[in-house]
Amino acid sequence: MYTVGIPRSLAYFFFLPLWKTFITELGHEVIESPPTSRAILDRGVKEAVNDACIPIKLYHGHAAHLAENCDFLFCPRLVSVRKHGDFGSETFCPKFLGLPDMVRLALKDLPPLIDTRIDLKQPGGGSQEAAGEIGLRLGNSPAQVKRALRLGMAAQGYFHRLCQQGILADDALQAVFNGEKIYPPQSHGQDITIAVVGYPYAIYDPYINAGLLKILQQQGVRIVTQDMLSDRELNRQDSKLPKTLFWYFSNRAVYGGLHFMSDRQVDGIIHVTAFACGPDSMVDRLLEIEAKRHATPYLPIAVDEHTGEAGVRTRVEAFLDMLRYKRRRR
Amino acid sequence: MKISFPRMGYSYIAFKWLVENMGHECVVPPEPSNRTLDLGVRYAPEFACIPFKILLGTYIEVAQMGAQAVITSGGMGPCRAGYYWVMHKYLLEEMNLPLKIIAMEMPLLNLGDFWKKIDLLRRDGGISLKELLRVLKITWAKVKSIDDVEIRSHQVRPRELKRGETTLAINAGLAFIDAAQNEEEIREARQEALSLLDRVPCDEQRQPLKIGIIGEIYVVLEPAANHYIQLLLGEMGVETDRSIYLSAYARKNTIVNLEGDLFSVARPYLNEAPIGGHGVNSIAETILYARHGFDGVVQLAPFSCIPEIVAKSIIPTVSREYDIPVQTLFIDEQTGRAGVQTRMEAFVDLLQWRRDRGIHKKKVFSL
Ligand code: SF4
Ligand code: SF4
Repeated sequence: MYTVGIPRSLAYFFFLPLWKTFITELGHEVIESPPTSRAILDRGVKEAVNDACIPIKLYHGHAAHLAENCDFLFCPRLVSVRKHGDFGSETFCPKFLGLPDMVRLALKDLPPLIDTRIDLKQPGGGSQEAAGEIGLRLGNSPAQVKRALRLGMAAQGYFHRLCQQGILADDALQAVFNGEKIYPPQSHGQDITIAVVGYPYAIYDPYINAGLLKILQQQGVRIVTQDMLSDRELNRQDSKLPKTLFWYFSNRAVYGGLHFMSDRQVDGIIHVTAFACGPDSMVDRLLEIEAKRHATPYLPIAVDEHTGEAGVRTRVEAFLDMLRYKRRRR
Repeated sequence: MKISFPRMGYSYIAFKWLVENMGHECVVPPEPSNRTLDLGVRYAPEFACIPFKILLGTYIEVAQMGAQAVITSGGMGPCRAGYYWVMHKYLLEEMNLPLKIIAMEMPLLNLGDFWKKIDLLRRDGGISLKELLRVLKITWAKVKSIDDVEIRSHQVRPRELKRGETTLAINAGLAFIDAAQNEEEIREARQEALSLLDRVPCDEQRQPLKIGIIGEIYVVLEPAANHYIQLLLGEMGVETDRSIYLSAYARKNTIVNLEGDLFSVARPYLNEAPIGGHGVNSIAETILYARHGFDGVVQLAPFSCIPEIVAKSIIPTVSREYDIPVQTLFIDEQTGRAGVQTRMEAFVDLLQWRRDRGIHKKKVFSL
């Protein structure tokens, strides 16, 4: 039995149910790095190449935090998770593609990385093979791998179903792993619905966005996110674009944004974007222009090392005031 | 139709010929200037990479000059470049500029779409299919000749006795190629241009320092975007070899192409390819230049360029293990010519110092 570390950053916020279940069911112990803190951020800023975006720096911080306490560091190379896009070439941001190499060269004294290449766009998928490779590294038999993968997929599916009932990802994760009973949120007097779109690691890491979701909840806002939509609902938006974007998480954010713009239930959209993020320079302007064309109020919030609670709160409150004012006038 | 295109180095000479000989009017894109950049910066998203901004500025300028359409390239990722045209289209629409963007998606991926667009342009211009093939062939011949002449100039310039002679010679030579109308004339123009360069009085004894130029394609190819770095280095007496030439994709006449599979060269350091842009190339090319005995490497990258940032995180290791100094220059709208010059002077001093002492000092410099 080994101890496998999973850094709490990037795709963690989306694929944890599969990853953690799979590894645990193989008989190993998973340890996750603690929620982002100042110390983790500072460590990441110190270790990562200084031109990197904040989520990548954070990843370095989380990985460094785990390094001493695990036998393996789980850092798969996410190349694709489906065949999608104009050329069937949907992938992840180039920084995801180079992630294991960046981490390996930046951090000293790392345990071995599980940097298995996940490339599922080929015919037949490839998840069996990828899982098999991981199992091999961890000394498991093919039969064990098969079973663990099945359970992992089931956990992932359960997670998505919970999200699609309107449950926020964080709560859904609790339910998946702690077996807590959870019910779709009831509206108690929330007068406004806001769609929050963006990368899971920007939306669901409360440190990096200065507690945005909490602020919204305190203000009596009903929150919806792209992750509450099914793949079908999301992909339906693709035909509205002249060309599909190339990155999985960007596509989800854009589709989500477009969906909510044509959804009369949503009063406004907040896009959480990482400062100096390459793909987001496009995603954000695209959403902004589309929101304008759909007459949907739109608020971009760029997060970086210095994002402060006060700043985010002020901007959000001003946005909500505007929405409520508009509503009263109607 | 009045047609324009993005400007990349001297290639506009060939593309101008192409547009005109397809029966259209060409609006030659002006060399990117401060104004181009200002326009781009004003209307582009803040964190768009600099090629995106310069291209947007160029499109605005050519639209003001009367262009009705621009022809540009598409792409399939993984980097942003393949999505440029979509965003440019959105932005131009928002500005109410009636400029049509004709994006050529790569023929390998979508041959039908590629031909449809070319064919439309052809019929619009009123030339026959046969004529089109001839025109394409000649355009290609021009692209190749222009590259040949430019490559030679970077070898001659560091040895010139009188500063500026090489630049005069290459400009005269390119004018011949510009004027050439068929393959025969292009061949002659090329010869003439090369011999003009060869006649530049030179110090034959000189053994100039050699620097390889690597990085993202646009800032490597467009001198205005990289503050004329090859000219600058040449006039400092340094010979440069550039990893990217437009014609190099189909030819084997540059160092970088001699080695075949760049991805496999980079694999010990980056076990994934492609990662978009020229990220993998930059790693591999650093290795190749080291193997070919170059004194140093300059990596040109747009600020916030994703693949080059990945490359930059890996290059220090390569630089150490192959013992070749690498200077990374991140370029954004704040980059000034003077800054580039100072950094290059310091870098060249370092290289000269290493060479004088025959020292293989293991050190990498970066910003
Ligand atoms: S998508 Fe943006 S935020 Fe995410 S890793 Fe890439 S550059 Fe960073
Ligand atoms: S390679 Fe760099 S400059 Fe080119 S599109 Fe990608 S990020 Fe921008």
